[in-house]
Amino acid sequence: MSPQRSAHRAGGGAAPRRDLDAASASPLHPAAREVLLAALDRGYADPRRLHGAARDARLLLDNAREATAEALGVRPDEVTFTPSGTHAVHLGLLGLVRGSRRGEGVVHPAVEHSAVRNAAAWGGRPVVVGADSHGRARADELVREAARPDVGVVALQSANHEVGTVQDVDAVEPAADVALFTDACASMGRLPLPGGWAAAAGSAHKWGGPAGVGVLLVRHRARWRRPFPGDDRGDERAVGFENVPGALAAAAALQAVVAEREEVNARQHALVDVVRRRVAAEVPDVEVVGDPVHRLPHLVTFSCLYVDGEALVTELDRLGFGVASGSACATSTGAHSHVLDAMGALTHGNVRLSVQRDTTRADVDAFCDALPGVVAELRARVGLG
Amino acid sequence: MDAPGPDEVALELDCRDLLCPMPVIELARRLSDVAVGELLAVVARDPAARVDVPAWCRMRGQEWVRQDTAEDGAPRYVVRRLS
Repeated sequence: MSPQRSAHRAGGGAAPRRDLDAASASPLHPAAREVLLAALDRGYADPRRLHGAARDARLLLDNAREATAEALGVRPDEVTFTPSGTHAVHLGLLGLVRGSRRGEGVVHPAVEHSAVRNAAAWGGRPVVVGADSHGRARADELVREAARPDVGVVALQSANHEVGTVQDVDAVEPAADVALFTDACASMGRLPLPGGWAAAAGSAHKWGGPAGVGVLLVRHRARWRRPFPGDDRGDERAVGFENVPGALAAAAALQAVVAEREEVNARQHALVDVVRRRVAAEVPDVEVVGDPVHRLPHLVTFSCLYVDGEALVTELDRLGFGVASGSACATSTGAHSHVLDAMGALTHGNVRLSVQRDTTRADVDAFCDALPGVVAELRARVGLG
Repeated sequence: MDAPGPDEVALELDCRDLLCPMPVIELARRLSDVAVGELLAVVARDPAARVDVPAWCRMRGQEWVRQDTAEDGAPRYVVRRLS
């Protein structure tokens, strides 16, 4: 299959289909495909066992760990593969809470991913701080709240998954016995990891690896303790039979993404600039949100007044454009986006567009050409616009 | 009927049982039913209205005044027509 296939036709001569939802999932990176197929045959066995097939699986798992560590600039023994990014977040954050000598308090901004928010509420005591209108948390506020004696962990994402704003993780320097957790799922591979964290998490399907592979990073000297029942895998942080082919394919994709990111990021940043500029100029009563400069290269979010988010996503899909939405009716939970809420941004009529690796200028222009008519039609239905 | 005072709500819209974006759509539709300078309120139980009414004011150049409660305790969002 050619990698150059962002615009391919659905059956029956329908509109070309363009997946502009990379932040939810990317197609498998071409560099990972052959690796995955070969590893499915060669890496099926239990890496703990002592026979030949098991040694093959062990070798592939170790290769995956080393390649991932090298791509991320960490030590191989700091890398654990998990069944998802969400599970990596849960393990990483809760393991730091469990290891803390200070208490169960977890300071995090309101704009963290639900995986972080839910883990903090489940296994700790959340102390939630605000964010500005770009969705940026203030490092000094996080550090100030973390000075409370019962706070053991500060959580700050590397970049926001809904609006793209890059957080200033490097500026968060809490007391030495307060651990920093970084949810890096939105940026891993695309941007270098920030510094200062004791544990961090990533998700392979967001960088072009297969689904079902998360990455948990725990620093060598971090006070991390198992938050869930233990297992007898080789890696004390791993639970359950490792997805060896998936981990190796994820590592191959990660290496490729890191190697090409300078070129890809520049191209995607420019494509998103086109969307930001054209949407703001060509759609009346629209708010393009998130930091326009210090942001993920591939992602933009905007909200259109008087428009139902689900209807907007459905109409765009009918025209062949696949996008996500943080509006209540268009989310899996039926609740509006807590990120937009925390920013004070319009929560209805929301679209999150995130370009894929092979999305072209023609693709984003086609989207920008179609959007004003879709919005106008939906507003006309309610007698506005 | 006497003209309402500067802090009295001239028109209250019952959007208690409407989901977003309908409360904001009603607000936009009925804005011209109050005079410039008067207050218009929308009563809505959908929690999105708490964010979306102030956002609408910002985007449409109207004044966000306050959140209070309707007589039955439902959340009420008050705006002033500026144009």
